[in-house]
Amino acid sequence: MTVVYLICAGLLCLAAVLAVVRAERGPSMLNRAVSLDVFATVVVGGIALEAAWSRRLDTLPILVAMSMVGFISSTVIARFASVEPESERRIRTLEEVAAEDARRRAEEEAADEAKRHAASLEAASSIAGALAVVDPTGAEPAAVEPAAEPERPGSEEDR
Amino acid sequence: MSWSTVADWAAAVLLLAGALLTLVAGVGVLRFPDLLSRMHAGAKPQVLGLVLMLTAEALRARSWPILGMLVVVVIFQFLTVPVAAHMVGRAGYRSDQIRRDLLVVDEMARDEAAAEAAAVAVARRDAGPGGTTPLAAGPRDRGQDPVEDQGPARDVPQ
Repeated sequence: MTVVYLICAGLLCLAAVLAVVRAERGPSMLNRAVSLDVFATVVVGGIALEAAWSRRLDTLPILVAMSMVGFISSTVIARFASVEPESERRIRTLEEVAAEDARRRAEEEAADEAKRHAASLEAASSIAGALAVVDPTGAEPAAVEPAAEPERPGSEEDR
Repeated sequence: MSWSTVADWAAAVLLLAGALLTLVAGVGVLRFPDLLSRMHAGAKPQVLGLVLMLTAEALRARSWPILGMLVVVVIFQFLTVPVAAHMVGRAGYRSDQIRRDLLVVDEMARDEAAAEAAAVAVARRDAGPGGTTPLAAGPRDRGQDPVEDQGPARDVPQ
């Protein structure tokens, strides 16, 4: 009897591997949703097989829960995410990921550089503006300061 | 040979059949050429295989509450798997991810054409003589909003 259960477990494992291979190949999100549905049902079958082998009953609620919620993923994918760009229909190779990363990093650095440049420009222009504000009244502080200076020692003496 | 031995061997046979059908589903999902046939492989033999395995589990457990739970599992499978397969197939059709050269019959295209013609007729009637209302009877947006797209289909005269 145990041999039968082992054969069944082997068949289920093979089915799971085939479904995962299809999920890896794609070539689109809907295909992956279908193959992962098959994988989920294989898992449910495996739990049922184990429960039948060991005659345990505590794993049955898992079967109920999985059969209730198992369809949600593929339904949601079909409803909302079925339209995907062509470039995302397969898993990218390491080189492509590295190239994409390098491109994005270069973009970010360029953006940072531009921001820094803009900030320094702004600082320079604000300094220039401050100078321009100070400049026309440049005579006034010069006139006020000598008048203020004699008072300061007096105020310090008061303290 | 007692009844329990018979039930155990029947359960073993059912388990084997169920595992084989699940394997068939896996092979079909991997080997079939396009989305609709893969969906077919993932929906039909797989559910039958699971039902066989749950029957075997019921034969092994031999208790009424367990049988009730397993019946619930089977009912939910029968309710939810067609929903998922239907949604996947429709989304695949609308977003052109199927191979039309493999289709034997394409009733959806005929219905879509009829629905479009009906929408044009309704819009023309609503616009009245001389009315030049720009009507929404242009080519449909595939995959954009499948549910709302179904609207005019009900007006189709058979």
